Amino acid sequence: MNHAFKKELLFGLVVLALLTALPLLSPGRVTLDFVIRLAALGVFATSLNILVGYGGMVSFGHAMFFGGGAYTFGLLMQRTEVSIPVALLGAIVFCSLLAWVIGMICVKLKEIYFSFLTLAFQMLIHSVIITWTSLTGGDQGLMGGIPRRPFWGGINVADPNTLYWFCVVIGVVSLLIMRYVLQSPFGYTLRMVRDNADRARFLGIDVWRIRLYAFILAGAFAGIGGSLMALFVSGAYPEFSYWTMSGEAVFMIMMGGINVFLGPIIGAGLLNIFNDIITRTTEYHGLALGVIVLIFALGFKRGITDFVGQLFNTITKKRVQS
Amino acid sequence: MDPIALYECVTSMSCIVTQTSAGLIVGSLLFLVAAGLTLIFGVLGVINFAHGSLYMLGAYMALSAYRITDSYVLSAVIAGAGVGLFSLIFERFFMRRVYQAEVLLQLLVCYALILIMDDAVKIIWGAEFQSMGMPAAFQAPPLFIFDGIVPVFYVFMISASAVIALVMWYLLTRTRLGKVVRAAAHNPTMTSVLGLNTAWIYAGVFAFGGALAGLAGALAAPVRSMSPGMGFSILIESFIVTVIGGMGSVSGALVGALVIGLVRSFGSIGFPLFVEGIMFLAMALILILKPSGLLGKEPR
Repeated sequence: MNHAFKKELLFGLVVLALLTALPLLSPGRVTLDFVIRLAALGVFATSLNILVGYGGMVSFGHAMFFGGGAYTFGLLMQRTEVSIPVALLGAIVFCSLLAWVIGMICVKLKEIYFSFLTLAFQMLIHSVIITWTSLTGGDQGLMGGIPRRPFWGGINVADPNTLYWFCVVIGVVSLLIMRYVLQSPFGYTLRMVRDNADRARFLGIDVWRIRLYAFILAGAFAGIGGSLMALFVSGAYPEFSYWTMSGEAVFMIMMGGINVFLGPIIGAGLLNIFNDIITRTTEYHGLALGVIVLIFALGFKRGITDFVGQLFNTITKKRVQS
Repeated sequence: MDPIALYECVTSMSCIVTQTSAGLIVGSLLFLVAAGLTLIFGVLGVINFAHGSLYMLGAYMALSAYRITDSYVLSAVIAGAGVGLFSLIFERFFMRRVYQAEVLLQLLVCYALILIMDDAVKIIWGAEFQSMGMPAAFQAPPLFIFDGIVPVFYVFMISASAVIALVMWYLLTRTRLGKVVRAAAHNPTMTSVLGLNTAWIYAGVFAFGGALAGLAGALAAPVRSMSPGMGFSILIESFIVTVIGGMGSVSGALVGALVIGLVRSFGSIGFPLFVEGIMFLAMALILILKPSGLLGKEPR
């Protein structure tokens, strides 16, 4: 573990401690629910950014793993007697396998082909969920609630505060692991493949394999995000793996910025807030969100963290010059 | 799975005729949408993820035009022209700005358009399912060919698509306009150096592709029910068609569309639950064995 990561680990633990202390200050349920949703969506968006920001592969079907994780987790909890961590592990394994199979076909393709093929596979997964009614409940989603069994002796997630702590811990730990992997030699190889695949190939790197590993990694973490969401809303719905979910994820990372690790989480938070406001003020959710997306995509053309970073750069440069 | 039913069908002439005609109408719709998609990709190098929304808009426009004018052919023309105009505006004001940008932004602009269009349709035409009903001109008894039933409207749809395919082939390969478009697809910089306005060629191709999708929507209106979001499934299917036929190849889109159309109609007898799976399997196989598609050129 290198020195830089130790600092980040410390930072992560401090954030974790602060978030853990939040319920003790007794803010409203709304705030805690917001953080839980942020944990689920933040992990999901960051996992997509492994592909988009670090791998240069713009996936438009990433929600298939979000939905896949949610359904696997929910079904394991409903149909078997396993504990929450085991069900979570099951979701990770399922999503990794799914990502492995789909990734083998997809990562060969360049840019826009990759985007569309991932989108197409996602629609296949979505239609499987819709048609396989006996297992998934079809378009009604996984009904009957997901049992919140206590595990490891005394951890009882049926208690709202414990549920909050559980989601926050899983969220922060997942982010730290992703950060660690992206700062490892593998992460830098992935960046090289993004910047110049030919050059990486000349250096003896198996480009296809690196991309595939990134795809599996991203799929697995999206599965964690989906599981957290399923646990929180106590159900899984076909919309989790619908293309709009992927679109939202792409928008989150674009809005937050793909060049900074924490960008997608900021984007996830912003979209969360936007969605709350939109749902409260208008019934035309798509129309309002579409206009916001257009403003960001055509007006700013980059994420908020990029914007702040640039501002910071110009300020420091001026100081150096003067 | 019901292979016996499929066997019984392919050994009976009437079933073959009925299923083939059903497959051909699906194929002609897919061809019209996929041809626009593949043409835009071939010339502009972008995939119009919002192409399905143009198809939807075409269907709804045809519905309204038919209710007003009471003439189906006229409403189909209005839908084609209207969607073409809409695409032109979309290209000029939005899509044009992201040609040079990363795929992420192209994706987002299309995503925004799909969201906005689905809601706009809800506002204008309502969220519930709508149907046009068979236009009076086509309410004739179906044709019986070898005892197979073929509705008159199917014949019209198939021949209209065939005519459009022929016109497209003629325009692209036999006219100066086609030459210009092919030149812009091949080497846009050189084309603009030669004094041709590539920006307007792009806009024109985009509008033409959109008009084809609008026409497809209008042709589908009498036989399909309409709802907001109806464009998305045809977008995925026409993408499969373009991958099978080869990205950027219009003739490939024709072959792919006919294959997928026939697979759908015969597959729905033999293995109704796996039709979609088979289409994806075909696409995956093509991508692994011949990524450029059946009729596509090797990537430069």
